[in-house]
Amino acid sequence: MDFQPTQEHLMLSDMIGKFIENDYNLKDRISAGNSELGYSENTYKTLAELGIVGALFPEGVGGFGGTGYDISTVFEALGKGLVNEPLVDSALASGYILAATGQDALIEKLISGELRVALALIENGADYDWELPSQMAQKINGIWTISGKKTMVKYALGTDAIIVSSTTSSSEGISLFLIETGADGLNLHSFLTVDGGSASDIEFNNTPAILLGGEGQSYDLLASAIARNTLAVCAEALGIMDSIKNMTINYLRTRQQFGTVIGKFQALQHRTAQMLLEIEQAKSAVTNAANALEASTDERNRSIAAAKYSIGRIGCFVAEEAIQMHGGIGMTWEYELGHFAKRLVMIDHEWGDQDHHLMQFTTF
Amino acid sequence: MNLNFTVADQAFRKEVKNFLNENLSQDIATKMKADFELSKVEIESWHAVLHQQGWLTYSWPKEYGGTGWNSVQQFIFEEESAMAGAPRILPFGLKMLAPVLMEFGSKEQKDYWLPRMCDGHDWWCQGYSEPGSGSDLASLKTSAVRDGKDYIINGQKTWTTLGQHANMIFCLVRTNATGKPQAGISFILVDLATPGIEMRPIQTFDGGKEVNEVFFTDVRVPASNLVGEENMGWTYAKYLLAHERNGIANVGISNQKLTRLKRLALSQKRGSKPLAEDPLFAARLARLEIELRNLETTNLRVLDGFAHGAGPGPESSMLKIIGSELEQDFDDLTRRALGRHAQAHTPEVFEKGYNGPQVAPKNMANQSTAYFNKRKVSIYGGSNEIQKNIITKMILEL
Ligand SMILES: Cc1cc2nc3c(=O)[nH]c(=O)nc-3n(C[C@H](O)[C@H](O)[C@H](O)COP(=O)(O)OP(=O)(O)OC[C@H]3O[C@@H](n4cnc5c(N)ncnc54)[C@H](O)[C@@H]3O)c2cc1C
Repeated sequence: MDFQPTQEHLMLSDMIGKFIENDYNLKDRISAGNSELGYSENTYKTLAELGIVGALFPEGVGGFGGTGYDISTVFEALGKGLVNEPLVDSALASGYILAATGQDALIEKLISGELRVALALIENGADYDWELPSQMAQKINGIWTISGKKTMVKYALGTDAIIVSSTTSSSEGISLFLIETGADGLNLHSFLTVDGGSASDIEFNNTPAILLGGEGQSYDLLASAIARNTLAVCAEALGIMDSIKNMTINYLRTRQQFGTVIGKFQALQHRTAQMLLEIEQAKSAVTNAANALEASTDERNRSIAAAKYSIGRIGCFVAEEAIQMHGGIGMTWEYELGHFAKRLVMIDHEWGDQDHHLMQFTTF
Repeated sequence: MNLNFTVADQAFRKEVKNFLNENLSQDIATKMKADFELSKVEIESWHAVLHQQGWLTYSWPKEYGGTGWNSVQQFIFEEESAMAGAPRILPFGLKMLAPVLMEFGSKEQKDYWLPRMCDGHDWWCQGYSEPGSGSDLASLKTSAVRDGKDYIINGQKTWTTLGQHANMIFCLVRTNATGKPQAGISFILVDLATPGIEMRPIQTFDGGKEVNEVFFTDVRVPASNLVGEENMGWTYAKYLLAHERNGIANVGISNQKLTRLKRLALSQKRGSKPLAEDPLFAARLARLEIELRNLETTNLRVLDGFAHGAGPGPESSMLKIIGSELEQDFDDLTRRALGRHAQAHTPEVFEKGYNGPQVAPKNMANQSTAYFNKRKVSIYGGSNEIQKNIITKMILEL
């Protein structure tokens, strides 16, 4: 057993930390997050040039990583700086699918940052279930088209292509299709997200599509791809919590009331201690999940569900406690905490919330 | 022991319901139930309706134009108003300043200021907190120095709710910097149009624009605006806190949120079933409903205690803690109910004339924003930690 990060992982997270410190200004992040696109394209390209997209994929497809620990290392480091360039939503799962379905030319461009591909899976916005897409695909004269609606497609704006899940007339199993974002009969209704970012509801109308992989054969592939995205947002949340914890401790050490720093009040000391305990547990959950990404499907699913449940519960707890312990200042746009807290709580709404994963866990 | 509302109470409830039915604008109610901030005009228009009915001052004693309702009737009025989606009466003038003026103000002050807060002449805001003085309010530094017939005020107030709409502010200021901090504070009324005052908005992290900071530079205020005696302001502020017991538990608002959430849980689907049938969600909802039932009785028990001569004491701290956290829990669960759609930020669906597509159900378009915004209710008005300190001291005597 070895819990020490490898030299490569230390360097990777160091490099991202330095980038954030020197080149990632939170004010710019917040205004980019609330711009139409929801992020900065330039920053995305810079991240790709630094090799951060490459770290998410194995050597065989032109990357230099792709393991669970590579993914968790990258996103924990990005989370610390609240980086919202859509590496999860435009590259990680979609790249995994492209790689597994032999789209070598596309994956190369994806790693270099020239290409971004969104993932459109959800049809019922109240739900987290991606396992039962409706039949949106149709094959006429050997040509596939897609018609119907998907909701909450994160960062669809600015992508080059979208991967869509569907069943087909000949198979109840999941098929995946690749669609050009600029194709005919594709209508994006785009809006901002509360944590600073963008999402779209998409209407497809006989939109031409390419089948990726075997017809009706992509359930396992999609499950593996989603496991990667789920791990990534869990690690991101861990990074965010680490930053929130540091902000809170710093504030408790400096804010004075009643003639002393508020960190001297035992009521707050115990709550901060509890915050620390919970974050340690969250870290273990993410470690388990990173470790299990290449394990058996069963073990992977259990570990991912356990991690996402833990992150969801602990994330909301940490966000709320930190704001409370800051008092009024924690409620302001100007102060950084609120933006970290919004993203942290919203992570519970991506790839299944805590209740969803708790239920999943009971079925394994 | 009899927990039933009396026949008279029930008749009263009906009267309130009918009134709300006939007088509350649906536009306003819809916005309120969707957690959208109202405009100044909308708030003022509801005040005017209540004023016409003689209910704007429902919490005032009869001799000042109050309704003479007992505390249970006041509770019923607040509950029904919230359930119907009526705006809350702005507390700063009518519920905070008015009782202080009645108890400690001069006859001239009462005769002048009380009618003006009823007929919409004045919009008051509260100038207590300062950047360095939040929980430790008594350490406040904004100073008022006597100069002939005036006081000259210098300093800064902050977190001033809806100050952007206000023309008047009541402030706690320092008139004596020596001795015990509490003993050097005065209560003074300031016209915001006085030269030397600058109000700047503070944006909250949910994007809202409801709080402000107010800067005072050599602001001349007539000494006749001092309430009561110099250096007695702390006593007045404390009097106010102890009397602020009605409505503090927000039972009505939580009830409205419960109704809304139950409806949502029937219309939203998880898999092929309504969300209401999801066992984890159902359990979460049940827990909140039980808490709310308990709180309603806790609140009425406290009011009954007052009617029988107890308090006012730290009971309001108790109601504030439970009530604020329960309200937050309802916003939290409502956000959860929205699933993926909780992330969508689409307040534009509430703009007049909007006819584009919707993402979440229309009345939920602002839910996550409201959830974040409502983190404030356990911070303002004396944070919940401070309320617990009060309970520790006054009830537990630890
Ligand atoms: C949205 C909003 C609206 C507001 N509106 C108004 C208004 O209209 N007028 C006005 O005057 N003020 C207003 N306030 C200010 C509000 O009353 C203060 O924010 C509040 O009193 C807390 O003070 P603070 O923000 O300085 O936090 P601090 O006092 O710095 O507290 C920081 C943290 O320390 C905790 N803490 C402090 N002392 C202790 C202790 N002894 N033991 C344990 N814990 C402690 C607090 O509970 C909090 O968690 C508003 C605040 C907000 C957020």
